[in-house]
Parts: sequence; C-alpha cells; structure tokens
Amino acid sequence: MISVNDLHKSFGEVKAIDGVSFEAQNGRITGLLGPNGAGKSTTLRILYTVLKPDSGSATIDGIDVVADSLEARCRIGSLPHGSGLYPHLTARENIAYYAKLYRMSADAIDERVEQVVTQLDISAFADRRTKGFSHGQRTKVALARALVHEPRNIILDEPSNGLDVMATRSLRDLIRQLKSAGKCVLFSSHVMQEVAALCDEIVIIADGQVALHDSPDGIRNATGCEDLEDAFVKAIHSVETSP
Amino acid sequence: MNALGTVFLKEVRDNLRDRRTLLSALLMGPLFGPILFAFVINLSLKQSLSDDSEALDVPVIGREHAPNLIEYLQSHNINITEAPADRATAEEAVKTGDYDLVLVIPETFGDQLASSVPATIEVISDQANTQAERQSRRVMRALRSYNQALSAMRLLARGVSPVVLRPLNIDVVDVSTPSGRSALLLGMLSYFFLFALLTGGMNLAIDTTAGERERGSLEPLLCLPVTRDQLIFGKILAACAFMAVSLSLSLVAFHVTLKFIPLEKLGMTPNFGALVVVQAFLLLLPFTLLGASLMTLVASFTKSFKEAQTWLSVVLLAPTLPILIVSILMVRPSTALMFIPSLSQHLLLVGLIKNEPVNMLHVLVSVIGTLIIGGIMALICARLYRREGLLG
Repeated sequence: MISVNDLHKSFGEVKAIDGVSFEAQNGRITGLLGPNGAGKSTTLRILYTVLKPDSGSATIDGIDVVADSLEARCRIGSLPHGSGLYPHLTARENIAYYAKLYRMSADAIDERVEQVVTQLDISAFADRRTKGFSHGQRTKVALARALVHEPRNIILDEPSNGLDVMATRSLRDLIRQLKSAGKCVLFSSHVMQEVAALCDEIVIIADGQVALHDSPDGIRNATGCEDLEDAFVKAIHSVETSP
Repeated sequence: MNALGTVFLKEVRDNLRDRRTLLSALLMGPLFGPILFAFVINLSLKQSLSDDSEALDVPVIGREHAPNLIEYLQSHNINITEAPADRATAEEAVKTGDYDLVLVIPETFGDQLASSVPATIEVISDQANTQAERQSRRVMRALRSYNQALSAMRLLARGVSPVVLRPLNIDVVDVSTPSGRSALLLGMLSYFFLFALLTGGMNLAIDTTAGERERGSLEPLLCLPVTRDQLIFGKILAACAFMAVSLSLSLVAFHVTLKFIPLEKLGMTPNFGALVVVQAFLLLLPFTLLGASLMTLVASFTKSFKEAQTWLSVVLLAPTLPILIVSILMVRPSTALMFIPSLSQHLLLVGLIKNEPVNMLHVLVSVIGTLIIGGIMALICARLYRREGLLG
C-alpha cells in the first residue's frame, strides 16, 4: 500500500508539486493522470526515494520513504522514466545484477530470474547482450528487473511510452496479473484511454495538485461528462483557473 | 556478497566487454609511452651515432690549391666530392638546399700559406638548416685541428715548443654514473606511466555519473536498496582496478622495450629490471585512488559522455604540471615535496632508475600523502553523489 500525504516539492522558484495526497491500495491499479509537467514524475520520484520532499510525507506499506528509505526501496519495484539497461550485459545478467543488489540469496536468484524471464516472455533474447534491443524488448527487461525481488508495490512512470500496440497489450496484461496477485500498482500516464482501460482508481494531477481522485465512474459523475477525456479536460481546467 | 562487491564485479565485467574501455585501458594507454619512447630514442641514437662513424661528403671548389689540406680531410673520414663550377653558383645551390655545404679554397691559398699570412678558406652553409649545421660543425672541427697542426709545426720550426700556446689544460671530470645519465631521458617515463594509469580508468570514471545518466540507468540504480556510498565506492574501486592493470601493462611494456633499445651506446644503463618494475608498480599504485576519484569528480559535473571526455583529457595532462615545474627548477627530492602527488611518484621513480638508495621516509610520505588526498577526493565524490541534482 502506498500512501502520500500533503507532499510539497520545489526546484528553485518552480513549485513542482504543491500538496499532493492520495492512497493506492493493494490489489488495485491506481493511475496517476495529468498533462506534461503536472508533477506526476516528481511525485513518483519521491516515492521511489530518489528525491526528498520539502514537506509532507509518503509511506510504502507504512514505511516512511525519507526516514527509512533503504527499507522502503526493498518494497518497491520501480520502472523510472526511460529505464536504461547495461548494453554489454545480457538481459539475464541485467536482471541478476539487480537481484543481487536487492540482497537476494545466490540460490534464489537463478530461480527467480528464470521466473520473471518466463513471466515477461523474454526467454528468446534473454541471453543476448541488450545493446541493439528494440524499445519494447528493453522495456520488458526493465520490467523483469523491477519485479525480480517480488515487490508488493509496483511504481511505473509512463510505462507505455513509445511502445507499439502488441507491447502495450502485453504490458496491460502484466499489470492486470500483478493486480490479481494482490499487488499495489501505481502508474503514471498522460494517455486517457490507457488509464480508463486499466485503472480502478484515477488520481488526476494538474499544476502540482490533485484535481480529482475517484474511480472512473466516480469521475464521470463528478464532472458530469460521459466521456472520460472530457472529464479529464474539465478537471484540469478547474484547477488551472482556480486562484 | 555485499553491495559494494557486487557493484565492483559488475563494473569489471561490464567494462571488460566494452571495446572502448579495453582499447584505451589495455592497449592505447600502456603502449603509447613505450612506442613514443622507442621512437624518440632511436631517432636521437641515429643522429648522435651517425656523426663521426660515417664518412661525410663535402664538395670542394679549388681542391687543387691545397693538396695537403685535402689529404688531411680525407684522413679524417671526409670524402671530397664534385662541387659547383664557381663560388656564385655554389652559394645559390646551398641556398636552394641542393647542397648542405660547400668548401671554397681560393687560388691565393697556397701563396698566403707559404708567406705565413692567414690563409682564407670559406665554408658556405645555411645555418638555419640543422642537418647542414651539424655537417659544417664537423668540417669546422677538422679545419681547426688542421689549423692547430700547422701552427704547432710553425712554432717547432722556430724552436718554440707548441705547449706554450696551451697555458691551460682543461679536464672535465664527469661523475654521473651511466644510470644517472639515463635518468635525464627516462625522467619522462614517470609521466607515461601516470598517463597509462589514468587512461585505464577514464571510461569507468565517466560511466559512474555522466555515462549512467546518459544511458538512463542511473535512476533505476538509485531506486535499489543500496546506499549511494556503496555504489560510488564500488565504481571508484573498479576504476582503480583498471588503472592498476593499465599501469602494470605499461611498466612491463617498458621493461621489454628497453631490452631492444641500445641505450648503452648513448652511455646509459637504465636500472629497469624486474625488481624495479615491481617497486615502481607499488610506488604508483596509491595514485590510482587519487586518479579514479579525481576523474569521477570532474566527470560528475558534466552532462554527457562526450563532454566528460573533453574535460578528462585536461585531467590527463594535470600530472605533468608538477613534474614540469620541478624539471625546470632542478629541485632535489625532499620530504616536503613527497606530499605532492604525481611529483613524489616522479621523484621516487627517477631515484629508482638512477639506482639510488631508496629513502623509506620519502616512500612512506608519498604513499600515505597520496592515499589521503585520494581518499578526500573519493569522499567529495560520495557527497556529490548524494545530491538530488545528480539525476540532471
């Protein structure tokens, strides 16, 4: 479970997020939706502990991300924006490197790497060096790498960016699998359709603030728009015009 | 295994597969020095040895006016060859470079000599041409000794001992040992070693920050339950390891190269046996920590791999500075100087090559001083690595 409580973060003069609060429950898919520059990535970066908030707090399974960041990191599997692989290592070696750094025991590593290789359907190219992999292949390996330590919470920053139709579909399947395994999945996107198709909960962020947090149906009702895209535009507009 | 070890092993494996690193660490860095050195030495050997052992061809105008002089020159390994017809064409030919020099003996030479008037003889040469300058020096030397022989004969004919013209007998006693003389030339070796060492770890140092960032692998790496100190120290240690390998290859390459260079012909017997190779390695080893940290530090301020490479090529030159200053000022090794990295290694290495006794205090100060400065640099790197701005 991920809980975010009144986060603030500024970069110099620019307020990236200005009081963001929401919860993402286990066994549910929560989508963080917002236009470019709304503060989605900053929020996620605070959650996977590479940034520290100016004020407010966030917890992963009740563990504070600032006070006990190492423990919090163990409980997250994350796919940061544009996740890079090591081109001279094979896909399998890339995954195993992370498994080692997640302090998994040597016996468990081989077995678990094999599991994620099968789960993400990358066995065809698992033993090739990742140099020259397609974007879809790289994303799959990066996902496998993020899941290798069986985290309870999964945070994905715009995971479908640049993926083709087939890759997007298998990504959606994977996210649903994770949900049915009882994981807490939080991902960001600026594509309405994607969020609508997948999410149990939608958190709409605009200008560093939460504009709406509800189920897709709840959002339709609250904004009075049948089409989610219209609802999205309306919600963002209401934040941007408020003083 | 702890995280630091995991990071270290991964970096080593990753870079062993990287052609760019391998090329610079295991080939370019270690071999650049020996090849350049062998080239320079062979060139200077050729120049200095060719001087007196080879016959010199000298075109002479008016050889018939001074048969004795011609004979004298020929007995001093100088061949008399065909010259241009007259003095004016000779001057023109030397100017255009067709001839290096031309000796002109005027018609009046014999008469002047017979009547004990200073006899004029001309050497036409281009003093701006180094090759010609060396030849004319040799011809001048031969003419001067002919001059001396003649004056000695004239004095003897008048019943005076030629010794009266030599009030001074100047004797230069050279106390430098053959190894000592080599040190002048081999002084530049220490820079080659430092260069090889730094080149060896350059790509790893860049990769720690700019490289990981450019590849997009930095952010997921920082999400792992590993402290940033473990990451950066693991990476710096891996850079140190590559630097040590590059250094040892470079030392061995020199050891082998020196066997094929006839340095004893230059009056040098450098002390660079297997034992010195090992000692030099141990003396230079502490510099790897400083080198790796310094390069990581500089690279961490850059935005991309290319930019980092540009800045690090400046760092490659940094160790020359103290060495250069000291070579110009001709400073003797002292304990205070041993606190200066690169300089202390240079001075100790020169001492080794000169076969001088090793001053253990100097070694101790050099090793500890360099390690401390390197350690401080590494800590600064770690501090910078903890910044949020690291992600760029």
